[in-house]
Amino acid sequence: MTVLEVKNLNVAFHTESGRLEALKQVSFSVPANRSVGVVGESGCGKSTLINAILGLLADNGEITSGEIIFEGDQDLARLGPTAMRGLRGQSIATVFQDPMGALNPVLSVGRQMRDIQYRSGLSKRDKDARSVAMLRKVRIPDPESRLTQFPHEFSGGMKQRIAIAMALMMEPALLIADEPTTALDATLEVATIELLKDLQRDIGCSVLFISHHLGVIAELCDEMIVMYAGEVVESGTTREIFHDARHPYTQKLLACDPARLSQRVARLPTIAGTLPDLRRRPSGCVFQPRCDRADAQCLTTPPNAPIGGSHIAHCWHADVSLGAMSA
Amino acid sequence: MMWRTVRRIMREPLGAIGLTLVTVVVLSAVFASALTSYAPSKISPAERFAPPSLLHLLGTDHLGRDLLTRVLYGGRVALLIALGATAVSLVVGVVLGLIAGYGPRWLDNVLLLIFDAVKSFPTVMLALTLVTLFGPSLYAVVLVVMLVNVPGYARIIRTQTLVLKSAEHVMAARSMGASAGRILRVHILPNIIGPILILISMDIPVVVAIEAGMSFLGLGVRPPTPSWGAILNDGFANIRDSYWIVIAGGLPIVLTTLGFTFFGETLRDLFDPRLKGRS
Repeated sequence: MTVLEVKNLNVAFHTESGRLEALKQVSFSVPANRSVGVVGESGCGKSTLINAILGLLADNGEITSGEIIFEGDQDLARLGPTAMRGLRGQSIATVFQDPMGALNPVLSVGRQMRDIQYRSGLSKRDKDARSVAMLRKVRIPDPESRLTQFPHEFSGGMKQRIAIAMALMMEPALLIADEPTTALDATLEVATIELLKDLQRDIGCSVLFISHHLGVIAELCDEMIVMYAGEVVESGTTREIFHDARHPYTQKLLACDPARLSQRVARLPTIAGTLPDLRRRPSGCVFQPRCDRADAQCLTTPPNAPIGGSHIAHCWHADVSLGAMSA
Repeated sequence: MMWRTVRRIMREPLGAIGLTLVTVVVLSAVFASALTSYAPSKISPAERFAPPSLLHLLGTDHLGRDLLTRVLYGGRVALLIALGATAVSLVVGVVLGLIAGYGPRWLDNVLLLIFDAVKSFPTVMLALTLVTLFGPSLYAVVLVVMLVNVPGYARIIRTQTLVLKSAEHVMAARSMGASAGRILRVHILPNIIGPILILISMDIPVVVAIEAGMSFLGLGVRPPTPSWGAILNDGFANIRDSYWIVIAGGLPIVLTTLGFTFFGETLRDLFDPRLKGRS
């Protein structure tokens, strides 16, 4: 059973300086009870992807083609705004990056958690009871008395846990987590990942986890997709990609991860060059201007080369393995 | 919460003066009938142009009316217009500002154009035009105040809405299925109410001045309804031999304006400590 299946999704923004293709032929799926990680550098289209799924693209953005199939039968790319709003918060919930800003500063936490359940038809007391149970699940101490407190009375980590509690309140089928640990320190990051794992098992939802932190993806996700300049360049199980990355971009990305460097260096490695201007995509492979392996063939659109299992690399030269990378 | 705010205001010298003045003005307007034994429009020709005395603390005017009584009742008129007109302007300004800030871009542009057009009218010309059209009355004053205030309120609300629109908690609420109305009501409006309150207290003196100015020019409330501006006008006609009439009309305007301005500035400083000590 697949909770979310994105097929050949194209998203474009109309800007004053021309049309910007933010997502191009993005395809992947999120199976039930699984976590899928989306990794890529800033500006690669991760947030656009989330907004497209949630139907919250900016006014100048549009889904030009493709499908976003949710729970097998609904195409979110074509769903009307009212029906879409019905899904948000109910079947699809989201946790955002900044825990400081995710809660309304002028309402008590209890009030906000009650508001989230407005579709449940429960009494105020039952809603509060559920809020308390949920806060306990995310390990907020003394949740009963905490309900009357305001967001500024909680620490950053607690606020993020409250945001997670609110997202999971209605037991959604899909949780979208947009870099939920980026703003937290390392210790809290580990704790939050553990918590997300536990909750996912508990509630039985799927997670789409957006991050630019490879370690977090490795820790939490069963499968992952690597995005570059609005395209999926490689996808597969987390294990496959970490042990046998085939796309040159993924290989370079892994090589840049400070946690994976075997010895101390004065200067951390980077990928030479910059993201292409998405208003003028390079012809053929989008990574070709920054790729060492680029040749004449790369000026034409590369195939989705199957590597084995679910592992696919969008590259002409996907046969070059750097297996040693995982060491 | 309320008492703590009051204590903090009273700790600032300006705030203490402002709050005291505001309280005195409001109480004297509310209890006007208890503070004086005269009727505001009672004419007594025998007592024309009586200078201040124990019988008439502020003296009398050219019709022998007790000026203290007229000042107290005039305070009622001034404050009622100030609060009423400000409240109406606020409601209209908030609604238009929210629509401009949260609605589609084209609507925002249309509304901004209207705000700017209205704002570019000089207040006096606007007042004269409206009074010529509708005749001098209390409503004309309210309408002028509205037209003067609404664009300012709406612009501020619009800017705050635009800022909050992309705030994370608003994005979070949208991603959790909140409707546009709910987001505006629950997640945006309560977060901009603080600056609005300060704006109101700073704007009340402006409205008091508009009312007094229009009544001074004979475009505001109709005689014999007491009004500070009208007293001031009577005073100017007789300034050479009855100086006290001008003082009776001018002093309350000055004190009210100062009171609300000090009060508003202190409030603003309390809400935004970064602005402390700057004007």
